Amino acid sequence: MSVERPKTIFEKIWDKHVVKRSEGYPDAVFIDRHFIHEVTSPQAFDGLRKRGIGVFNVNRTSATADHNVPTKDQHLPIKEALSRHQVETLRKNCAEFGVELYDLGHPFQGIVHIIGPELGLTLPGMTIVCGDSHTSTHGAFGNIAFGIGTSEVEQVLATQCILQYKPKTMRIEVNGTLGKGVVSKDIILYIISKISASGATGYFVEYAGDAITRLSMEARMTICNMSIEMGARGGLIAPDETTFNYIKGRKFAPQGRAFDSAVEEWKKLKTDDDAVYDVVLKFDAADIGPMITYGTNPGMGMKVTDRIPTVEELKEINEQVSFKKSLDYMGLEPGSAILGKPVDYVFIGSCTNARIEDLRTVASMVKGKKKAAGVEVWVVPGSKQVQEQAKKEGLDKIFEEAGFELREPGCSACLGMNEDKIPAGKYCISTSNRNFEGRQGPKSRTFLASPLSAAAAAITGKVTDVRDLSY
Amino acid sequence: MSKEKFIKLVSQAVPLPIENIDTDQIIPARFLKATTREGFGDNLFRDWRYDSDNQPIAGFALNDSRYSGKILVAGKNFGCGSSREHAAWAIHDYGFKVVVSSFFADIFKNNALNNAVLPLVVSDAFLKELLDTLQANPSTEVIVDLENQTISFNNKKESFDINAYKKTCLINGYDDIDYLLSLNKEIKEYDLAHS
Repeated sequence: MSVERPKTIFEKIWDKHVVKRSEGYPDAVFIDRHFIHEVTSPQAFDGLRKRGIGVFNVNRTSATADHNVPTKDQHLPIKEALSRHQVETLRKNCAEFGVELYDLGHPFQGIVHIIGPELGLTLPGMTIVCGDSHTSTHGAFGNIAFGIGTSEVEQVLATQCILQYKPKTMRIEVNGTLGKGVVSKDIILYIISKISASGATGYFVEYAGDAITRLSMEARMTICNMSIEMGARGGLIAPDETTFNYIKGRKFAPQGRAFDSAVEEWKKLKTDDDAVYDVVLKFDAADIGPMITYGTNPGMGMKVTDRIPTVEELKEINEQVSFKKSLDYMGLEPGSAILGKPVDYVFIGSCTNARIEDLRTVASMVKGKKKAAGVEVWVVPGSKQVQEQAKKEGLDKIFEEAGFELREPGCSACLGMNEDKIPAGKYCISTSNRNFEGRQGPKSRTFLASPLSAAAAAITGKVTDVRDLSY
Repeated sequence: MSKEKFIKLVSQAVPLPIENIDTDQIIPARFLKATTREGFGDNLFRDWRYDSDNQPIAGFALNDSRYSGKILVAGKNFGCGSSREHAAWAIHDYGFKVVVSSFFADIFKNNALNNAVLPLVVSDAFLKELLDTLQANPSTEVIVDLENQTISFNNKKESFDINAYKKTCLINGYDDIDYLLSLNKEIKEYDLAHS
């Protein structure tokens, strides 16, 4: 009898899902759960029609409308013709192919990466894909979840499999105690600032260490969500009691005895003691402070109290050219501080930070306070369920009194695709995941930060160290 | 389904010496509303190419009449960010067959290969030399030989890696679904055993 070599949790899940491994071919990997949305699916459904085939297993496919939808007056027809057409196309495709759709107005509608976990469709040990790079979010439950292109969406619709080479593995450990005002968004912005926007390209990351395992599921999702911002194929966290407690009782999760036996299986999803990773990185939680980005990729981040690097501090000429272009776009000077910089907009939302816990965090900071004059503040819940829960807890009143606008669920100002855009030249402190040029609207300027830091900036009207405010 | 075939290409090239070019630059989100794969080339690098009045921005490589060809040469970490395949469609629709860089983001690499666009990885030194040469002499011809896995210009030559499966697909115009559909029986059995 051969003894199996020790494996990482990633390898265990991957190997279990390989339907066919042939010499000279990538692995054919079975996909347990496929999420689709209006933007990256229409061409895939067209492909099925051209081939004359259906969806392989509609029970493994779930759809929602999120990227292109307005976040006001969702009960009315979408005003913008192209957006309306895209959402209508999703409706038609889902009806024709028999896929369950959580459409606008449905109590389960929301950002695809928020509703999956919320509904118990996202479970440990699964393989999950979606035509969206932030699919890595689901990895917080101890599964392999990654973003794919539309040709691959078509593959999965047609065959429930995807052809992929197994990525390399990276373990990122964060140990120790987080300081005051430091939350999970700061952890991931800190890691990306240390290893760069391409530092994990080619790898699948496992996050570990006591600073990670102490986090709630919501906070873990924020970390896994931004794995792609350092280039990683995905990021996961081994499931534990926190995970099981979150899943218990969710709509589509196993119930009763089926849940208990599922938990027994999920408990086995751990990296073996002697398993080998291709790369191991370790960080100390005490070194992390409230973070902010100053440039045009998520790797260009720093502690809010730091100053932007000077051109001379960058080693490579190529890097200097891109750095200068980036700061020029942002209207910032190399070597300058960012603390105290006035902001025009505050966006609290996106698949990174629009869960109920994020809204509670914001409410705890702003309760009894008012937003600064001249600042526009949008709070966009990640799902219909988050929106309802926020109302139930009275968070809507707190936001209203503070002068914040609580909108309806969608991707909103994260990606400048729907009606919610930041105007040219304006500064927005945003809880989303990307600060690329024009990401939030043509010529918009983005500072990525935590919900706590965004809420603080809403109150003061400028980039603020949350530790200077009482909350 | 059969896509176009790719074996060898001799062409001028367009230099874009910028690092971390994300897919939001390649095709901004507001242009992702189409439900077909065609027509994205007009908006390739939209906000670098045109100003807010839709006038071409002088100095951007695609607006520079000295540059043309089917090869795009860009700084490292090309295609990072969003998984939008529209980025690969825009590059393909514009007429590029090859993107040369020293490093590609994973999802973009797959998307490109699925659309008959070759993401060609060269060394940092080769990339720098190619970018410098193209800027000094825009009419430089670049030869990409997929069969032999080499890229060359003037008297410089470098080999590049591509996995054998993807190479076969590009050369013959195969796609992944053709192969996966052939596994239908095994996949059905797996699905049944794991539901």
